[in-house]
Amino acid sequence: MTTFILRRLLITAVLVFFISIISFFIITLTPGSPYPWGELNPKISESVKANFRKQFHLDEPIWNQYWFNMRGLFTGELRSIKDGRPVLERISERLPATLALNLCAMTIALSFGLLVGVYSAKVSGQWQDTSLSTVAFGFLAIPEFWVAYLLIIGLTAGFAVPLMGTVSHGIIFPNAIAATLDWIWHLALPATMLALGSIAVQSRYVRASLLETLREDYIRTAQAKGLSPEKVLYHHALRNSLRPLITGIGSLLPALIGGAVIIETIFAYPGIGRLGYQAVLERDYPTLVALNFITALLVLLGNLLADILYAIVDPRVRLE
Amino acid sequence: MNPPAQTPFRRAVKRFRRNRLGMLALVSVGGLFVIAAVFAILSSADIPFPSNPNATNLERKLLPPNPINWLGTDNLGRDLFSRMLHGSYISLTVGFVAVTVSLCIGIVIGAVSGYFGRWVDNILMRVVDAVMCFPTFFLILTAVALLGPSMFNIIIVIGLVSWTGTARLVRAEFLTLRETEYVRAAKTLGQSTPKIIFRHILPNAFAPIFVTAVLGIPAAILTEAGLSFLGFGVQPPQATWGNIIADGKTYLLDAWWLIVFPGLAIFLSALSFYLAGDALRQAVETRTERK
Repeated sequence: MTTFILRRLLITAVLVFFISIISFFIITLTPGSPYPWGELNPKISESVKANFRKQFHLDEPIWNQYWFNMRGLFTGELRSIKDGRPVLERISERLPATLALNLCAMTIALSFGLLVGVYSAKVSGQWQDTSLSTVAFGFLAIPEFWVAYLLIIGLTAGFAVPLMGTVSHGIIFPNAIAATLDWIWHLALPATMLALGSIAVQSRYVRASLLETLREDYIRTAQAKGLSPEKVLYHHALRNSLRPLITGIGSLLPALIGGAVIIETIFAYPGIGRLGYQAVLERDYPTLVALNFITALLVLLGNLLADILYAIVDPRVRLE
Repeated sequence: MNPPAQTPFRRAVKRFRRNRLGMLALVSVGGLFVIAAVFAILSSADIPFPSNPNATNLERKLLPPNPINWLGTDNLGRDLFSRMLHGSYISLTVGFVAVTVSLCIGIVIGAVSGYFGRWVDNILMRVVDAVMCFPTFFLILTAVALLGPSMFNIIIVIGLVSWTGTARLVRAEFLTLRETEYVRAAKTLGQSTPKIIFRHILPNAFAPIFVTAVLGIPAAILTEAGLSFLGFGVQPPQATWGNIIADGKTYLLDAWWLIVFPGLAIFLSALSFYLAGDALRQAVETRTERK
């Protein structure tokens, strides 16, 4: 077990290096510059431009810039070009909101994915299965922003579902519980929108994995013993087929965080997705480098955690 | 000895034909192709049919669907129906070319990784893992925004970011196929490595690669729509389904048709590709035969 964890940690360290390189160079190697004024603005003198480049280390060779960015990120010295505040501070004040949104979306995606997946494996090959799979592809094919707007059109006509932000303004809550409930209520619509596509993907994973498990010999043994189909399905097969659900979290997170850019923009939700969109509009290089790096790092750590948890649950994994 | 009754290809075609939903999706994908091809030619020749997609008419702005403008008009009085028809080829082009780019990268990396194995495989797969950690849409948005949004850049960036799945799939196929006897025979005959990879192994991995390619097209179409929606898609005045919605969102509560119809077009075309791709997957899959 220790060697397994050590190996995983070593691989993770290598991945962190690759991730830092990708997130830095994809931003710096693109043409254009992050000047807060126009590239050709005649009113800006050369010395101002030189000062600006010096301040943000833009006059240094690119590997030095990489070094400054990464060191600055870990020491908290990396500052946003837009407002001069440390990038880490800007991101950490937005991070809890995004984590809450993603956690909600993930819970929705996993639980509905599990329910639908198990049901469609149960009725595999029948018309219910075919229609569920069509619906799943429908969910995948829906542009999230489009549904969000349709819902906004539909819901503004008389339903009290909050469409913006995280708090109801102008209401003083008697206690923390009421405030928290209000906050969760604000999460409802964006989290559901975010989870739509992932429900479909997860349900397909669960279905495929469960059908695969149901073909194994020990299932035939259980059936031959005369156990009820329900007992075989839920007690014997389901447990062993949950591996893709755990590893699926790895692919779920990047999709959710990426999708959050659009959803947070629509619902005026103060998370890192919207911060990223603003940073893109402002060409704020340090914030973009940090955001790409930190989100990828979060995903990486999530994967590592899932891997280790899985190795604890299922000893077979350790040997691979 | 009798020749095999059916080639795998014929069997797949036969299976596909039996899938009614898949056939319907295929017909709809075909229809989309025809529309896109016809209107790509019409717009490059500046033929205003059914009307000029960029002609403004402020006397007729924000009209709901009516006999003259079948799907209504936008805030500048442009005909929504013509704009959607003339924008259809953008989505298809982005989908197809982006998937081609990602296939090329994914196949080469997956093939090299799976064929050579060992440290080559180790390094390449760690790169794949690293790319997979990034929230794809945000990475694409960043790169497209900094490069400057144009159709070319969007296609290249989507292709550059979305090859990881293909690479893993091709690698897995190669890991099994490189151990087969015909590969050993080719090696013994002294064939060059590129020839073994591309002439002997790759054709045998064709079916699963083709399926992922078809399933990749709707994903690219949706990504382009999302980028357009955020203002970093193909730029106006060229109409695309995504940027019609993006422009229309200002009139959200007054002009529902500006949101509903282009969104429906994106949804239906993505759905057709997904269903056609899924039917294809079922048709070529050999594992289900065991049941």
